[in-house]
Amino acid sequence: MPDSILVIVEQREGKLSRVSWETLAAGQAMAAETGWTLEAAVAGSGVASFANEIAAKKVARVYAVESPKLEPYTPDAFAAALKQFIASKQPKLVLLPHTYQVRDFVPKLATAIGRAAISDCIGYKREGDKLLFTRQMFQGKLAADVSFTCAAPWFVTFQNGAFRGDKVEPGASSAPVETVKVEIADGVVRNKPQEVFKEAKQAVDLTQAEIIVSVGRGIKEQKNIELAKQLAEALGGELAASRPICDSGWLPMDRQIGSSGQTVAPKLYLALGISGAIQHIVGMKGARTIIAINKDSEAPIFEIADYAVVGNLFDIVPPLIEEVKRAKAGG
Amino acid sequence: MKILVCMKQVPQKDAPLKLNEAGTWIREDVSYEVNEPDAFALEEALRQKEKHSGEVVVITAGPARAQQVLREALAKGADRAIHLEDSAFVGLDAANTARALAGAIKDEKFDVIFTGLQSDDYGFAQTGVVLAELLGWPHATIIMQIEKTGAGIKVKRELEAGYFQFVDIPLPAVLTIQSGINKLRYATLIGIKQAKNKPLRKVALAEVQSAIEGNMQKIERLYVPQKTKNTEFLEGPPGEVAKKLVEKLRNEVRVL
Repeated sequence: MPDSILVIVEQREGKLSRVSWETLAAGQAMAAETGWTLEAAVAGSGVASFANEIAAKKVARVYAVESPKLEPYTPDAFAAALKQFIASKQPKLVLLPHTYQVRDFVPKLATAIGRAAISDCIGYKREGDKLLFTRQMFQGKLAADVSFTCAAPWFVTFQNGAFRGDKVEPGASSAPVETVKVEIADGVVRNKPQEVFKEAKQAVDLTQAEIIVSVGRGIKEQKNIELAKQLAEALGGELAASRPICDSGWLPMDRQIGSSGQTVAPKLYLALGISGAIQHIVGMKGARTIIAINKDSEAPIFEIADYAVVGNLFDIVPPLIEEVKRAKAGG
Repeated sequence: MKILVCMKQVPQKDAPLKLNEAGTWIREDVSYEVNEPDAFALEEALRQKEKHSGEVVVITAGPARAQQVLREALAKGADRAIHLEDSAFVGLDAANTARALAGAIKDEKFDVIFTGLQSDDYGFAQTGVVLAELLGWPHATIIMQIEKTGAGIKVKRELEAGYFQFVDIPLPAVLTIQSGINKLRYATLIGIKQAKNKPLRKVALAEVQSAIEGNMQKIERLYVPQKTKNTEFLEGPPGEVAKKLVEKLRNEVRVL
């Protein structure tokens, strides 16, 4: 059997997640470079329509891995089903999107077959015969090129936004779709999940905001939030925050930007005292313009900022509010 | 409930990091602190013990400096500590860290193990889940609430984009705890005093060596990420910087 790349896409709430397409794009690029066969799989109960959707793209084959026990999602069922499936296919490389669901079952799956996962990657490199996967470390301050030192299959998860989902190539003709029925014995699934729900209705929809002023740890104390609020008001924008601020209860959870909060793409994202941990950046890197004010010149937020100010936000924000007001007044 | 909390010492959030000569790891002469989600995991364990009684044991793997994390945990109210003490533990991948932890607790009987959902250094987000699989226990990740039920526990999992889910899990189980699940306590003076007399078991690398295998992944090189954006740094006294920013907001960003 020739070497193959298997992309396992994720379906949730009746559709394939956006980052699944990005991972498929990564698989296509890697297949083109390595000459390995690209296959895709989707696991669940009644997932033929998702498999057909993928089959329209440039892939050699798509598998619908089916069992009634895969719905609702549990890590036990997913690991058991995919372990069987992967054992029968022996792919060299297994690519998955780094979603909360994948984080929940992939380390278990890899361990169950005595292998490892390189998680949360932002890219890959080929150096000679070696495949290297790039991942952020130390909250994005450093990056690492990581290789596998174990036998295949190699599990790799890709971060949200690492590849362009809209770059997925269509297939010349529809790829064959194969249904693989897996048996999951009674007693394998131990967790009993209840319905997925959303906490109280979101009061603010930050995704619609054109201007966002966002605060991070650098704001230091709850009473200083007022300063950021004044700047947001002067600019006619919304106030938002990174996770630690909402964890501390300084702003409500519905103002949180990042992987566990809202994903935004405003015209202007003004980051005050935000260091730029990966979990925050995935929620705002789509902003058209990013301005960052931070006293730490090495803060990762500066990597993605268009305009950067290294300095104390408490020195800079007060005159900035005045200048914005003056400009708005036509001065 | 008898609860084990896995904790890790990581470089302080705003510590400037320097690469070692080989460019494969950081220079270790930085300031360290407890991995943030692990602090929330400890706090949750202490709260569960206060509600249901039992024992809270903390464990870490790392060189002598990592003992600080255990001392702080004992001062906050943990009952005893286990220290896998060796600088070699720093270089283990997630799979082997979990194997070492499993090896160190093989003679213990815990009802539940808490870990932080990921570390601020490697950021694998894997060790807790791997540990569950090695022990043959169920697990749940990114937990925001824990309630003891008759047969086991009911946890609230955080999903993406503001969604949540309750899951019933039998015990024993491993849970990875999300930051913000609770409000952290401070150690009291009395707690700090009492911590000195609490048991701390040291486990040498040799004792768990048989549980560990070769790493399955290797950092070939570590480096400062290349900038992909052309960032313009605005400099000068605050008043001048404010003027420059407004000029950009008006003429480039066009929001004024």
